[in-house]
Amino acid sequence: MEILMVVVVGVMFTIATYMVLTKSLLRVILGTVLYSHGAHLLILTMGGLGTGAAPLLSTEGPHSDPLPQALVLTAIVISFGVTAFLLVLAYRTYKQHKTDDLDQLRGSSDE
Amino acid sequence: MKNNVSLQTVTRLTVFIVLAFSIYLLLAGHHAPGGGFIGGLMAASAIVLLYLSFGMKKISKVFTISYPYLIAVGLLLAMGTGFIGVLVGDPFLTQYYDYFYIPFLGTVELTTALIFDIGVYFVVVGVALFSILTIAEDDA
Amino acid sequence: MSLLHLVILAPFILAIFIPLFFKYVKQVHTGWFVLVLPTILFIYLIQLIPTVSGGEPIVESLAWVPSLGINFDVYIDGLALLFALLITGIGALVVLYSIYYLTKKGEALHNFYVYLLMFMGAMLGVVLSGNLMVIYVFWELTSLASSLLIGYWHHREKSRYGAQKSMLITVTGGFSMLASFSLLYVMTGSFNIQEIIAQAGDIATSPLFIPAMLLILLGAFTKSAQFPFHIWLPDAMEAPTPVSAYLHSATMVKAGIYLVARMSPVFAGASEWFWIVSVFGMFTLLWGSFNAVRQTDLKSILAYSTISQLGMIMSLLGLGSAAAFYNYEEVYFTATIAAVFHLINHSTFKGSLFMVAGIVDHETGTRDIRYLGGLMTFMPITFTLSIIGAFSMAGIYPFNGFLSKEMFLTGVLNTLMMTDFNMQSIGFLFVAVAWIASVFTFIYSMIIVFKTFTGKYQPEKLDKKPHEAPIGMLISPIILASLVILFGLFPNQFLSYTLIEPAVQSILPTALPAGEQFYVNIYPWHGWTPELWLTIGVIVVGTIMYLTLTKWQNIYKILRLHKKDPINYIYDGFLDKLVTGSQKITYMQMTGRLNNYLAFMSVFLIAILAYGLIEFDAFALDTSIVGDIPIYFWILAVVTVATTITMPFIQNRIAAIITIGVVGYLLALFFVFFKAPDLALTQLLVETVTTTLFLLCFYHLPELRKEKSKPRFKIANLIISLGVGIGVMIVGISSIAMKAGRPFESISEYFKENAYELAGGKNMVNVILVDFRGVDTMLEILVLAIAGLGVYSLIKLRMNDEGGRLK
Repeated sequence: MEILMVVVVGVMFTIATYMVLTKSLLRVILGTVLYSHGAHLLILTMGGLGTGAAPLLSTEGPHSDPLPQALVLTAIVISFGVTAFLLVLAYRTYKQHKTDDLDQLRGSSDE
Repeated sequence: MKNNVSLQTVTRLTVFIVLAFSIYLLLAGHHAPGGGFIGGLMAASAIVLLYLSFGMKKISKVFTISYPYLIAVGLLLAMGTGFIGVLVGDPFLTQYYDYFYIPFLGTVELTTALIFDIGVYFVVVGVALFSILTIAEDDA
Repeated sequence: MSLLHLVILAPFILAIFIPLFFKYVKQVHTGWFVLVLPTILFIYLIQLIPTVSGGEPIVESLAWVPSLGINFDVYIDGLALLFALLITGIGALVVLYSIYYLTKKGEALHNFYVYLLMFMGAMLGVVLSGNLMVIYVFWELTSLASSLLIGYWHHREKSRYGAQKSMLITVTGGFSMLASFSLLYVMTGSFNIQEIIAQAGDIATSPLFIPAMLLILLGAFTKSAQFPFHIWLPDAMEAPTPVSAYLHSATMVKAGIYLVARMSPVFAGASEWFWIVSVFGMFTLLWGSFNAVRQTDLKSILAYSTISQLGMIMSLLGLGSAAAFYNYEEVYFTATIAAVFHLINHSTFKGSLFMVAGIVDHETGTRDIRYLGGLMTFMPITFTLSIIGAFSMAGIYPFNGFLSKEMFLTGVLNTLMMTDFNMQSIGFLFVAVAWIASVFTFIYSMIIVFKTFTGKYQPEKLDKKPHEAPIGMLISPIILASLVILFGLFPNQFLSYTLIEPAVQSILPTALPAGEQFYVNIYPWHGWTPELWLTIGVIVVGTIMYLTLTKWQNIYKILRLHKKDPINYIYDGFLDKLVTGSQKITYMQMTGRLNNYLAFMSVFLIAILAYGLIEFDAFALDTSIVGDIPIYFWILAVVTVATTITMPFIQNRIAAIITIGVVGYLLALFFVFFKAPDLALTQLLVETVTTTLFLLCFYHLPELRKEKSKPRFKIANLIISLGVGIGVMIVGISSIAMKAGRPFESISEYFKENAYELAGGKNMVNVILVDFRGVDTMLEILVLAIAGLGVYSLIKLRMNDEGGRLK
C-alpha cells in the first residue's frame, strides 16, 4: 500500500514540476497547489500508513500515528495561506501588466 | 447580484446549522475530531455562503466585524495563553486543564488549550474571509 | 541575571524609550534623558574599583546557549573595568556635549541617541563579557552602530561612503575574528576566555595556533585602524563631532587594542605575536603621524593622529609581550604599563581636542585650517583647551602625554636589551621610527593649535562671525582638559594602583606570583636619561620643522600622497571590481524568467537527492510491505493519478479549477482511508475555501492558452519533472523500507501515552497541535495572518506611475 501511495505522490510531483515550468502564471499556481498535495501525502506515507484506529483515545487501540497527521494539518493550513497569497499575486500581476505570460513578465535585467 | 430565491432560502436554513456545527467542532476538538482550524474553516465557508447568496452590500451591513481586528484578537488570545505559563514559572505555552462543576452541565473539563484554540479559530476565520473579501471588493 | 548584566543591557532598554521621549517631550532636549544613564553607570562602576584592584575579578554567569558553551558571562577584571569606565565616563561627557552641539530643531535626535545608546551597550558588552561568542555579537553590533552614526547625515554622499567603508572593513575583520574564535574553540573546547587562557600552554603547539592568531589580529587591526586598514577612520569623520570624539577616538577604535590586550595571555608567548603586533603598530604610528601633517581639515588631522596614537598603543602591547617571551623580566613590563597609561591619556586629550574642533566648526562654519586663523581673541577658553590637549599630545611637560610618551620611549629603548632576533641592531630601527613619528606628532599638534588660533584672521572666508562657544559645550572639554593636567601632575595618586596596575595584571596574569603587584610609579624626572634627550630632540627638531613647514611640504607631492591615501586607491578599485563582477555573475543566472529559476531549483533538487542516495547508499526497497491492497484503494489511486495527469492539458480555466478541486477532495478521501478524521475534515473545508478564492481570482484572468514552447524545451521540462518525481519516489520508498531498522524510537509514542494524562485530551492530533507543539501552531497562525496582510496590501496599496502611494 505504501509503495502505491509513493507512486501516486511521484506522479503528483512530476506533474506539479511540469506545470511549474510552463510559461502561464496560472499553471504555475496550480502546480504549487499540486506540490503541496503531494507533499502532504508523502509526509503521511513516510510516517507509516497505520492499520490502527483513528488517533482518538475514545476508540480502541492500537492507534495510528498522530504526529504526521498533526504535521500535515499544519501544512495544509499554511499551504492555504500561501495559495491565497499566490493567487492574489497573480491577479495583481495580470491587472498591472495585462499579461500572464511569464516570458513577457521578465525583470529589468535587459534594460 | 440577481436575487436567487432558492439559494437564499437554502442559505437561510443552513447557515445557522453550519455556524452552530463549527462552534461544536471548536469545542469538541480536544476529544473528538475538530478544533480551531476545522471550526474556523467551517465558519468561514458558512459566511462565504452568506456573501454569495445575499451579496456583499447586504451582508456587510449586518456583519460589521473588522476582519483584521479579528485576526489580531485571535493572535493575542493564542499568544496570551502562552504567557499564563510564563507567569507561573513554567515554559511559554504550557497549557493547563482541570475539571469543574458547572450547574446544569455537570462536571466539565476546562482547558487553557481551548482559549488557544479559540484564538486559532478567530485567526482562521479572519484570514479566510479577509482574503476573499479583499479580492471580491476589488472588482473595479 | 545580575546587576552587571543590567549594566550591559540598560543602554538597549533605554534606547527603546528614546523615540517616545523625542516625540512627546518636545520642550526638553532628548540628550538630557540619555545623559542620566552613562552618569549612573559610571558612578556604579567607580565603586567597583576597590574590589577589582584588590585582584579579585567579578564573575557573573547567565546561561544563553549552554549546549554550545555560549554563556552570557560577565567578567570584570582591571582591563574590563578600565574600558567600561572610559565608555561610560567619556560617554557621559560626549552626550552632554552633544546636547549643545546638535540642535533640538531639524536634527533626527531620536535616531542619533538610539544609535549612540546601542553603541554604548554593545561596547560595554564587548569589554565586560567573558565569553568569546558574546564578545563577537557585541563586537559586530559596535560596527553596526558606528556605521549608522557615520551615516547619520545620510543625505550627504560622503557620509554614506564613509559609513559603507567602515562597515565593510570592520565587519570583514569581525568575521575573521569569528573564524579565530572557532579555531580557539576547536583547540580548547571552550568559548570562555579564562578557560582558554588556562590552556594557553597546551595550544601553543597546535597547528591551528598561528592561523587563530593571524585571524584575531586581522579583527583587531581593522577595528583599531592599523595600517593598511586605517583608511576607514578618516572617512568616518563625516559623523557628527561628538560621535568622532566618542567612537572614533576614545572607545570603539580601542576595541581592537582591548582584544589584543585581552588575548595577550593566550598568544603573547609566541615570537610571531611580538613581531606582528609591534611592527604593524610601529608602522601605523609613523604612517599616521606623517600623513596627519599634510591634512587641512582639523578633523582629518585628528583622525590621522588617532591612527598614529592607536599604532603607538598597539606597538607597546607588542613590545610588552616580550615579557612573556623572556620569562617575565621586569624591564619589559614598562611597555605594557605605558600602553595602559597612554590609553587613558589618549582618551582624555584626544577627546578634548575633538570637542575643540567641533566647537570651532560650530562657531565658524568651517574646519579647514586654510580658512581659519586668529581665533585666539574670539574664543580664549577654547584656545586654552586646545593648547592643553595639543601640548599633551605632543608630549610636553606638565601634561599627561609627556609622562606616557616618556614611558613609551623607555619601552622602545628596552628592546635594545633583547638578546634574540638581532635586536641589538634592528632595535635601533624601532627607536628611529618612534623618534621620527614623535617629531611629526609634535608638528601636527602645533598645526592644530597655531594654524587655528593664531596667525591672520580671515573673516571673509568664514560663514559666521566667530564667538566663544556656549558654556554647556565647554563643560565637557574643560573636564577632560583638567584631567589631562591632573593626570600629568599626580598620576600615581589617581591612576597607578586604581586602574593601571589591575589592567596590567590582566594583560600579564602569570607574570608575577599570586598576591604580588606590579610596581607602577610614574614620575616626570628620571635624570638625564636617553628618553629625555630624545624628547628634547623632538621638541627642537619639531619646532624647526613646524616653522619651515612651507619649505618642505612639497615632499608629499613628490611621494604622491597629497590627494588621497594610496591605500584608498586599492580599496576603491577593489570595491568597483566587486560590484561589476558580482553584477556579471548575477546577470548570468538571473534571466528574469521564472521558468529558468524554477528549473534551476528542480535540477539542484535532483542533484542533491542523487548525491545523497549515492554517497550514503541510501536506496532501500522493502517489498514485504506491498501486502494486499483493497480494491477501492486501487480505484482511488488510479482516479487520483488520472486526474492529476490531465491537469497540464486543460485549456479551460473553470475546468482547471474544478480538476484541482477534485484532486483536493480525493486527498480528503485518502485521509479518511488513512484513519485521519481531522485531516479529512480540514482538507474538505480548505478545498472549499480555496476553490472560492480560485474562482474569484480566475474570473479576472484570461483563458489558459496552449503552451507554445519549442518541443526541445518541452522535452527538457519533462525530463526535469520526471527527475523530480522519481527522486521523491525513491526517497519515499527508501524511508519506508528503512523505518524498521532505525536506531531510535519514534517520538509519537510519547504523545500517544501522555495525551490524556498530561493534556487532558482524547484527540491526539488536536492535543499535539494546541498543547505539545503549541509554539508551532502559534507561529503557523502568525504565518496565516501575515499571508492575509500580504493579500490585503497587494490589493489595497498600489503604486501610481511615479511610484508613490495612491491609496
